[in-house]
Parts: sequence; C-alpha cells; structure tokens
Amino acid sequence: MSVTKKAVEKKATRAAFGDEIVRLGESNKDIYVVDIDIGKSCKTDKFIEKFPMQHINVGIAEQNGAGIAAGLATTGKIPFISTYAVFGSLRMAEQIRQEVCYPNLNVKIACSHGGLTPGNDGGSHQAIEDMGVMRSFPNMTVIMGADYHSTRKLIAEAAAMYGPVYLRFTRDAVPMIYDENETFEIGKAKQLRDGEDIAIIANGDTVRLAIEAAEQLEQNGVSVKLLDMHTIKPLDVEAVKDCLDIGSIITVEDHNILNGLGSAVAEVIAEAGKGQLARIGVQDRFGESAPYEKLLEINGITVENIIAKANQLLTN
Amino acid sequence: MFSTPLVIQVYKYMSLQEDILGTGVWHMQQTSVEQLKQHAIELRKTAVTMVYEAQSGHPGGSLSAADVISALYFREMNVDPANPKWEDRDRFVLSKGHVAPIQYAALALRGFVSNESVYTLRQYGSPFQGHPDMKKCPGIDISTGSLGQGLSCAVGMAIAGQRDEKDYRVFAMVGDGECQEGQIWEAIQAAVKYKLDNLIVFVDNNRLQIDGFCEDVMPLLDLEKKFDAFGFDTTRIDGHSMEHIVETLDTFAKQKNGKPKCIVCDTVKGKGVSYMEDQAAWHGTAPNKEEFELAIKELEGGLPV
Repeated sequence: MSVTKKAVEKKATRAAFGDEIVRLGESNKDIYVVDIDIGKSCKTDKFIEKFPMQHINVGIAEQNGAGIAAGLATTGKIPFISTYAVFGSLRMAEQIRQEVCYPNLNVKIACSHGGLTPGNDGGSHQAIEDMGVMRSFPNMTVIMGADYHSTRKLIAEAAAMYGPVYLRFTRDAVPMIYDENETFEIGKAKQLRDGEDIAIIANGDTVRLAIEAAEQLEQNGVSVKLLDMHTIKPLDVEAVKDCLDIGSIITVEDHNILNGLGSAVAEVIAEAGKGQLARIGVQDRFGESAPYEKLLEINGITVENIIAKANQLLTN
Repeated sequence: MFSTPLVIQVYKYMSLQEDILGTGVWHMQQTSVEQLKQHAIELRKTAVTMVYEAQSGHPGGSLSAADVISALYFREMNVDPANPKWEDRDRFVLSKGHVAPIQYAALALRGFVSNESVYTLRQYGSPFQGHPDMKKCPGIDISTGSLGQGLSCAVGMAIAGQRDEKDYRVFAMVGDGECQEGQIWEAIQAAVKYKLDNLIVFVDNNRLQIDGFCEDVMPLLDLEKKFDAFGFDTTRIDGHSMEHIVETLDTFAKQKNGKPKCIVCDTVKGKGVSYMEDQAAWHGTAPNKEEFELAIKELEGGLPV
C-alpha cells in the first residue's frame, strides 16, 4: 500500500459520506437517505438536492427514523440513516436491535461526530461508547475509516454488502492518509507497516497518530507493524493472530477502551493465551467541552503516549 | 360452520382460479360478513388452542383483535399465500406483536402455513416464535414484539409504496396501551407529513394492559381525537361488529385524499371467552385443560351479536 507522504491536506470523514452517498445515489435508485434533521451537519445536502425522491427527513425523532428505514429495507431499498454517533448508536439502539439487526435488514447507520471529535459540544455529544454498543448486536458490521478516501471506499463497500452496517465519521478534519486508488475490504485490516518488535492496531481518527508514533519508533530502531483496523466487527482475527508472535500489541482508538477496538483485540489475545496488550483510548470517562486535540491529550490518545506504551511493553 | 380442512381446500381452489385467470390479484370481496364471522371464530379457537398447547402466550389481545384480523385476511388484503413476498402485496404490520397467535391462525387458515404447524408455537425450531419473526414465518412482513416500533416500519413501507407508485396498502395494528410509547406519535407525525393515504392504522382499543386498565396505568384520553389532531382521518367503530369493520374498510379506508387513516376499534380483551373478558390477568396467561375446554365450548357456541 502507499501512504500519502505529504500528509498535509485534511478533510472530515463526514465529508466523505456526503460525497460518496451522492455517487451511490446516482448509480442506484434504491439508495435512500433518512435524515434526522441534521442533514446539513451530516453533509447530506447535496444528496437532498439531487435525489429528493430518495430522501426522507423524519425530524428530531431518531427512533422513528430507524423504524422507517427498516420498513423501507423490507421493500428492497438500501436506506442510510444519517445522524450523530451518540444518537445513532444510543437513542435508536433498541430500534436498531429489534427492527434492523434481529430481522437482518439491509439498513446502514451512517454517523458523524464519532468519538471525541465534537469537542466543543461537550460530553453530551461525544460518542465514546457507540462502536461497543453496535458491536454487541448480532448481524451488525461496525466500521470507522481513518481518512477521507478510505471512508468513501468503505461506505461503497457497505452499500454493496447485504446487512446492517454502522459507519462512524469524524466531525473534525483529519489528515489524508491514503490515495484515492487504495482499495479496502470490510473485515480485512489494512497493513500500513510491517515490523517485528511491536504491533500497533489503530482505527479511525487515531490511525494518523499511530503512523506518526510508528515513524518515530522506527527512527529509534524499533521495528513496528501497523494495522488500520477500520472494521472492528467482524474483526480481522487472523490479522490480530499474526501479531501474536511479535508479542507486544498496542491498540489505539477514539472510543472508550471498554468494548471497542481494544476489547475486540483483547478477546483474541486472551483466547490465544499469548502476547501482551496495552489499550490506548478514552479512559472510561465522559468528555467535556474542549478542543478535540485537548480531549485526546487528557485521555492519553497521543503520539507521545503510544511511544511511551511501546517502550514500556518492550522492557517488560 | 366450515371445518378447517374444508376452508383450506376452498382457498386452494381459489388460488388455482386466480392462476387460471392470470390476474395476479386475489380479490376476496365476495367473502360475506357471515363467513368472516365464522372465520373469526375459527381464528379465536386456533389462537386459544395454540396458547394452550404451548402453555405460554397472549390470549387476551389475540381475542380482541380477531375480528379485524379476519376481515383483513379474508376480505381486504391483497396477498398471495403461494408467494408471500410478492412485491405488490398489501402489507400487514402487527405492531402489538405479542398477539402473534391470532395472526398465525389467520396465516394458517389463509394457507400461508399448514394448519397443524401453528401448534408448535413458542417451541424450539418453530417458525411461530413468541413474537412475529419475518425471517422464520412466511407472511410476516416485519418482525415485531417491542411495543411502539412496528408503526414506524409500516410508515417506511408506505413511503416506499408511494415513491414507487405501487398500489399496495399497508395495514398496521397497534394496541391502545402501546400508544403510551412516544415513538407511536413520531410515526404518526411522519405518516401525516408524507401524506400516506396508503396507510391504515387500527387501534385495538381493548382498554387493558398488563398492569390493569390503561386509564389507571397511563390514561390515553380520546385516541380518536388525538389521531385526528395529529392530522389523520380518524373514525371509531365497534371492533367486534363485522358489519362495521367491513363497511369502514369499504368506504372510509379507501379514500385517496392524502391523509393516513386511523380506525379506533373499541374491543374487549379476551372477547368470546367469558372468563377472559376484560381481565388484565389474561393478557399473557395460558389456560389450563379445564379452562381451555370451556373456552372452546364457548367459542363454538358463537359470539353474541
């Protein structure tokens, strides 16, 4: 794979949704968007303009939005419910369980404002447990792309597969990592580096931090294997098992360290009975109003902490 | 009264007729009110038997819903038991999913499933789950069971029909107690916004819920006025009068005026079995042998008109 060297350009991955859903809507009239009032913020405005007959806005009524999407799906439509992660995973959680996952309907839940990215909005709007909640539902696939291009590709893959998918995007701009020709497969980790001393498994907006940490570790003679685990369910178990011989694994995520990527990887490690793990992520605490980068820092989701944890594991 | 096997034979014959005529549509307008009443008795007997055999299930609400279900499945709905996923079919959403036995009874009598199979209700491996499961049971258009959610799904189906310019209609049944769920009112708002005159909602207004009378648990006030205030075309009928049900379906429910329809059906929980009538205790209780035999005897005696 090729990592874009000049990682200067930044785009929010919610913009990837806004762009990709238009492309999908053009080629498939069964693609629907179910907005829950916040279409502008979730970037569905271009879709609304081009495909009003494939668009529904239910107003501030998440539970109904999920049910309507399920009803649409029974007729062969492919609805994308668009909202913020905290609402898409929690306010409509039971509706997704009962009416989407239980009957295994082809509904996609596309959520902006994942993790700590809605920093200034405060803890009420920061979705730190969403992927864990979604990971608990049978039939559900759970994805967060690392940047604009990978997110677009993963949205396209989600539309092409049958079944419920939870897609999580950033509110804030994050650096472009991949070039637009890179391909992605749901459930298959993207290896960014191969190495022998330590494995770092990251996803979403923290992949950029893991890349930087890996570069610095390499400069200090530490050989790093780096995986972008964009899909936490189904987890690429083989890719995690391939890290077990290295022995030391660090997970990095913009999510509670409970129930997300770190937990999913820990399950594999524990069952294999080998390897040691350090989980970097939200420290099981609610956020508060602050710049996104500050919130990451408070939780130790930083390049420095990844390096520190790596050194700690290597001296164990 | 038809014996059950004969009824199924009759429907098989009608299906054949339909194939020969090649209409693709099964019109049952010829089913008389008297026949629908007899079917309702059969449905009640089957539902009570299912719950008795399973020693588990919800007889009270099944019995209150029986007459509307009979009218829908044997007269009103355009469905094809040989092709339950026919894309132009009318849909039925049992939002009060716990009364699944009465829907299963209708699916059996209508020929979607075999008459004997429904007595596996709630058993391991059965298509007849405690609450309707669209993945397991032919003729179920959406899985339900968690109250308040089915109506939203019905709205989604109705929007799809409207956008695709299909003629199918979506019938939904909600409980009055179920209308305590906020999501019901979210769905109602959306149905009005999208002018879903292809959506017909029945409220099985049996006045009871698990903990007692709705009036005591959480008063619903006048549901007819509430639906009306939200923008539905609304009417209120005796939900056990087949004449009223049929007349309402023939006239009121067919108006293409850009408004969704609500039919508040005043019903009696446990209708047709004297000791179950108006008793919250029979919401989710199975009869014992003695009670079961009495129930069947009463149902076979026919309903007082």
